[in-house]
Amino acid sequence: MDAEAAKLIGAGLAAVGAGISALGVGNVFSSFLEGALRNPAAADGQQGRLFIGFAAAELLGLLAFVVAVLLIFVV
Amino acid sequence: MAAESGKIDPMHQFEVAPMGGGFELGGQEILFTNSALWMAVAAVLLGVFMVGGMKRSLVPGRWQAAVEGFTTFISSMMTQSIGSEGRTYTPYVFSLFMFILFCNLVGMLPLGVFGLHPFTATSHIAVTGVLALLSFSIVLVVGFWKHGLHFFSLFVPQGTPKAMLPLIVPIEFISFMIRPFSLGLRLFVAMTAGHLLLKVLSSFVIGGMNADTLWLGSIVSLLSFTLMIGISALELLVAAIQAYVFALLTSLYINDAVNLH
Repeated sequence: MDAEAAKLIGAGLAAVGAGISALGVGNVFSSFLEGALRNPAAADGQQGRLFIGFAAAELLGLLAFVVAVLLIFVV
Repeated sequence: MAAESGKIDPMHQFEVAPMGGGFELGGQEILFTNSALWMAVAAVLLGVFMVGGMKRSLVPGRWQAAVEGFTTFISSMMTQSIGSEGRTYTPYVFSLFMFILFCNLVGMLPLGVFGLHPFTATSHIAVTGVLALLSFSIVLVVGFWKHGLHFFSLFVPQGTPKAMLPLIVPIEFISFMIRPFSLGLRLFVAMTAGHLLLKVLSSFVIGGMNADTLWLGSIVSLLSFTLMIGISALELLVAAIQAYVFALLTSLYINDAVNLH
């Protein structure tokens, strides 16, 4: 296989990681909403934890994006 | 087929270009770049915003209420995650939050219509990495200053069995050392990805208008333009969330240094 083609395929595969991290981020917010609707009084105090979970899940998707960008522009 | 002028380089917006002459310092050329210019613009706007709202009137007007909203937001976040000692670090985290927020928002301004292209300073890891290293060094300095060598107990979670220590300590150490990296990377990539997406969509709009089809091109343009408006709104949200996440994680890391765990 051509090296250039392999690079582009690798970048495309890295984009799969971004999509999967979307599942993670969605899961964070959906679970929060589920819990918040059961006990709305406790929801406001947990907003910090919500965003910590969001940041951790999102970081992995962003890393997948970085891998794709590195493959296309740097390697 | 389609006109070649529709080709747009989406990476061009991230190019750091020098503005005017610079000087040399120790063999390095020091230049005033567009990145520095837009950081200065953000800082000036932030200064105007803060000074305009610091009136101390008993019944706040709109402007003062806006500024007080930001200050109470950050100070309540600090006391929530650190405790009463968090007040000491509130000024740092507040300036961090406001500066990142203003840099992000200034980069989103649609000034390109007037031929003035805003530059998102936070879309470069050179900027966000320095901010992250600043937070990380504050954590180190505060930790060693408050607890001395006892600060290393951060790497040993409470109640760890002795047999697990050779495994747990390296993992905790790595997760501690990777913090400035992940902190800076998150902000830089989130801003880069959003602006890239907007530019790619805008190239669809222009390419669709230049296409030699009867009506298909304009439909593609219209759909892309609608999507662009939605993504712009999303980007405004991301700009605020990323600034908040940066400040929140900084406060958590400072909490580790102040209270150990």
